[in-house]
Amino acid sequence: MGSTLRLVGFGPTGWGGTLLEGAAVTLALSICAYLLGLALGALCAWGRLSGGRAVRGTIDVYTTVLRGVPDLLVIYLFYFGGGQMIGAIAHLFGATGFFGLNGFMVGTIAIGLVTGAYQTEVLRGGYLAIPKGEIEAARAIGMGRLLMLRRIIAPRALRFALPGMGNVWQQVLKESALVSVTGLAELMRQVNVASGSTQLPFDFTIAGFVLYLALATVSGGVFMGVERRLAHGERMARRQRA
Amino acid sequence: MMAELSFLLDVTRQLLGGLPLTIELVTVSVAAGALLAVAMALARSASRLAAVIVSFYVFVFRGSPLLLQMFFIYYGLGQFAVVRESFAWPALRDPTFCAILSLALNTAAYTSEILRGGLASVPAGAIEAGRAVGMSRGLLLRRVVLPLAIRQALPAYSNELIEMVKSTSLASIVTLMEVSGIAYALVSATYRAIEVLSCAGAIYLVLIVLLTRGVGWVENWLSPAGSRA
Repeated sequence: MGSTLRLVGFGPTGWGGTLLEGAAVTLALSICAYLLGLALGALCAWGRLSGGRAVRGTIDVYTTVLRGVPDLLVIYLFYFGGGQMIGAIAHLFGATGFFGLNGFMVGTIAIGLVTGAYQTEVLRGGYLAIPKGEIEAARAIGMGRLLMLRRIIAPRALRFALPGMGNVWQQVLKESALVSVTGLAELMRQVNVASGSTQLPFDFTIAGFVLYLALATVSGGVFMGVERRLAHGERMARRQRA
Repeated sequence: MMAELSFLLDVTRQLLGGLPLTIELVTVSVAAGALLAVAMALARSASRLAAVIVSFYVFVFRGSPLLLQMFFIYYGLGQFAVVRESFAWPALRDPTFCAILSLALNTAAYTSEILRGGLASVPAGAIEAGRAVGMSRGLLLRRVVLPLAIRQALPAYSNELIEMVKSTSLASIVTLMEVSGIAYALVSATYRAIEVLSCAGAIYLVLIVLLTRGVGWVENWLSPAGSRA
């Protein structure tokens, strides 16, 4: 037990610093991918709700394909496929050889694209959950489209969509482990490296479990806090009615 | 153009060679996971201690990446001489067994939550009514509780099944040559990542569309005649 602590601790023979750095990269990657997915999801939800037939069709294909293909393949596609494309372009200019891409960028794009598909459904559901009367009321008092979006639609849809958005975040956090196949030094990769060089995979996978669960629990708490905050108005209203 | 087409056909043919293994991984781990989930749901209602253990299990397996779980089982357990000398070692040394074990343990955690939701959704009135007409526990479970719970849980379980099909691709990382493993090998051999991975993606997509259709059919079959879409 003591030796395990020394191993995953911060001493000269400890891997603690390496693991924590990995966790920080995991967190940064997850945040970037989540934001990209959120932006894509918001755009696609808008397109699904008010776009023409062509737009809706395109978005349908996007969400179906990205939700029906393993994330690992999507990451490979951007990592190797992106390299292949850049290689082809470089070839035109006379360069040869294999071109690898930055793992962080590949991971952000791949996971962002995948979660954008899930986020589309979550946000669309949030919008559809807004009672029609509220939107009619906003229109009736002459709100412009932007004001209505800012004052009524966005806060209401966000409140309904938040639990689903929290689920997508947890999914992003776990999926980020797959980016380790690109060699990016995130948590999963560091667990792997430490396991390999010490020949103690048990100790380091356990350390990995602890760190991932800590990340999930703490960030889950943040989502719950926001949820509670957004529900505040509703609680007040209910109390006044009672 | 012709050469291109024949390349794609050849790649698809080779990738399809991994399909039986992918399907094996899905079916065996889903079946084992479902059994484990039912056992956990029963244990949860049996004792306080069991309920705490089950919720901890669910917390760990839903909160950490499947890849880490797979590594833990495949590499982590082998660290100890006790494990290496035990009767279980031939199985734990086998990547197929380890992949199936980790997939099953993972899906069991998710499925037990889905099952819990389904059971909680059965209206107390329906159970009371069943008791009032003198149904025994077993009959009540079979005729009232399970049909209602399963119908309620099916859409969520369908999503879990889709996730499982996609998750089998991780088995390629522990050296299994299922569809993704073959795709990876072909990418390394041909350097034509976009074509190979598109073909592999299409295979998964078809598999998932078929699965979704199948579950939709079961859902329809379980719904009372009046509410059928």
